[in-house]
Amino acid sequence: MLRIDRAIYDRIVAHARRDHPDEACGVVAGPEGSDRPERFIEMINAERSPTFYRFDSLEQLKVWREMDDRGEEPVVIYHSHTATEAYPSRTDISYASEPNAHYVLVSTREADTVEFRSYRIVDGQVTEEPVEVTGAGDE
Amino acid sequence: MAIEVRIPTILRNLTGDAKVVEGNGSTLGELFTDLDNRYPGIGERLVDDGKLRRFVNVYLNDEDVRFVGGLEAALSDGDSVTVLPAVAGGSL
Repeated sequence: MLRIDRAIYDRIVAHARRDHPDEACGVVAGPEGSDRPERFIEMINAERSPTFYRFDSLEQLKVWREMDDRGEEPVVIYHSHTATEAYPSRTDISYASEPNAHYVLVSTREADTVEFRSYRIVDGQVTEEPVEVTGAGDE
Repeated sequence: MAIEVRIPTILRNLTGDAKVVEGNGSTLGELFTDLDNRYPGIGERLVDDGKLRRFVNVYLNDEDVRFVGGLEAALSDGDSVTVLPAVAGGSL
């Protein structure tokens, strides 16, 4: 199960909406081994594409080093699908490379419905998990 | 000539869980061959058909090696190499 604070949940959804129709992507870091997504980091989609995303390699190095220095790991890796459902595609599955991360997918295909789902992707196996949104957030 | 290499989580099963290992080589390609001798199997996770795998990012100090010669990139003593899996995907 993914437990995530309302304020971070809202920022992920807002980023996905803002970059629509291109895919948006990013990370939520948290203390290593804690499974707590705490630090929201919006990433550049180097592909700037409605059907593909890839972290910019130099930005990724900078962010991964920062996490390393702070004793953090990527607890959530998120991206959006802009015309299809929030379910990992074949490409998502084949490139998934952080076995400890929650892979969050947001679909922005409907302007007024939020589709926010979370998965574990390990060795090509996808397992959906419940999402619990905690706290009151900014509202 | 010792080069420090940072290994991502997903490849640590090949390095006995080590996060940082050392290897030798005067080019990145030689370094990866040396690493594969020490940690069998790691070479094919980094190199495919004589080229860097497309969805693996390799950095020489602060540079993406794709911009500094790829597997031909020259290494010097004390250099640091970081391997990170690219984070990528898409809806297709």
